[in-house]
Amino acid sequence: MQRQIDHELNKLRSVILSMGQDVEAAVEEATEGLIERDPERLKKVREYEDRINAYHLEVDELCLKLIAQQSPLAADLRMILAIIKINADLERMGDQAMNISLNVRDYLVKDPLPEAATIASMAHTVRKMVRDSMEAFVKGDLTLSEQVLLQDDVVDEAKRTTFRRLIEVMKKDGAQVEGAVDLMLVSRNLERLGDHATNIAEDVIFASTGKDIRHGGFHSGQKS
Amino acid sequence: MMTPSPALLEVKGLKAFVESTEILHGIDLGVSPHEVVAFIGPSGCGKSTFLRCLNRLHEETPGGRAEGRVSLEGQDIYAVGTDPVRIRRRIGMVFQKPNPFPSMSIFENVASGLRLNRIAKGIELEARVEAALREAALWNEVKDKLDASGMSLSGGQQQRLCIARALAVKPPVLLMDEPTSALDPVSTAKIEELVIQLKKETTILMVTHNMQQAARISDRTAFFLYGDLVEYGPTTKVFTTPSDRRTEEYITGRFG
Repeated sequence: MQRQIDHELNKLRSVILSMGQDVEAAVEEATEGLIERDPERLKKVREYEDRINAYHLEVDELCLKLIAQQSPLAADLRMILAIIKINADLERMGDQAMNISLNVRDYLVKDPLPEAATIASMAHTVRKMVRDSMEAFVKGDLTLSEQVLLQDDVVDEAKRTTFRRLIEVMKKDGAQVEGAVDLMLVSRNLERLGDHATNIAEDVIFASTGKDIRHGGFHSGQKS
Repeated sequence: MMTPSPALLEVKGLKAFVESTEILHGIDLGVSPHEVVAFIGPSGCGKSTFLRCLNRLHEETPGGRAEGRVSLEGQDIYAVGTDPVRIRRRIGMVFQKPNPFPSMSIFENVASGLRLNRIAKGIELEARVEAALREAALWNEVKDKLDASGMSLSGGQQQRLCIARALAVKPPVLLMDEPTSALDPVSTAKIEELVIQLKKETTILMVTHNMQQAARISDRTAFFLYGDLVEYGPTTKVFTTPSDRRTEEYITGRFG
């Protein structure tokens, strides 16, 4: 039996999925702009960012309407709560993609640094996290969600390594400080994107199982 | 099935029958003092019958009988020689449709139980009636017309009058069988607020078809299906992450 709330939830899922696809595209343009040293790709991020912001408002409005009209409970309630949080994360991810594009734009007018290759590798991992977190949401795939959570540790470590190397660059050559700072900021933006993808993966687990694994719950569960 | 520890009301292996048909299939459940427990489930699942077994009202149904143990403060209410009327004084009941005694005034409706059981008379009786009407959040609306017929009140007021009538004899347990299903949203909100206030004084078991109502006012929720208690737990847990798939399907409207 299809319930009215199923129609509404399907619509909501479809909108948030489109929003997720735009976030993926925005992150791709921003990071490929760095890898290919192509300012034109960076310009496209703004377009995606505007659409992401519009989706952000639309999802909030749909959630509000659904709560008011359908009084959701149990799995429906958890799904809507998860969508509200995923919506906020995706919007912030759009902002981070925008920040990356601005920081890369600044970096591209300076001398290239070899550490950009490390950041490209980090970007590859983060893009996979973003893609996987949305796929996990669509399919309700708990295994994929857990893989995203594990990838977050990889990204955190990559950021620390990048920071160490860039600090060395700055110590050795004062002329490279500005370019190194740009890359540090990009590295930081990527790490934040990974955190948001992790949040989405946690929300998928909550929506499916009711288990709240935030703030260490996942790792403590792994140890036991 | 997990039940709360040492209970005010303890039900063990309760079966209910009408003639040879078994309606409840051996229910185990405990209720702690000052709790509000909501009973939910599709029509015909046995939740109202369960409630009626708790004050021995089910046996008034033609062919109705119960087996098992129901104890209130450790005393089996089905023990041989127990007077059902005494039980109903200690376990009060409010029904779906307000049922004030039609020939009695507002005052007499509340005083009737006190008179019948020779609990109070004179000034004390008046004080007890006022206290019960205040507890039922009706006093301010009726204090100037206590001699008017109970039937002159609105539906919501009549239901609060019935609650006052039940409260007058200070029952440790109050059963409510869909007490707001015949009321408008404003009257419903008043009854719900009243239930939350009343749990300081008594323990309330309420059958409701309104999921949001159960979620709003109960501490624990019991889900009945086909005469079985499927799930019983903290309301927040039952309405956000129910343990049983059947509970999930029912409260999300997938069946029933």
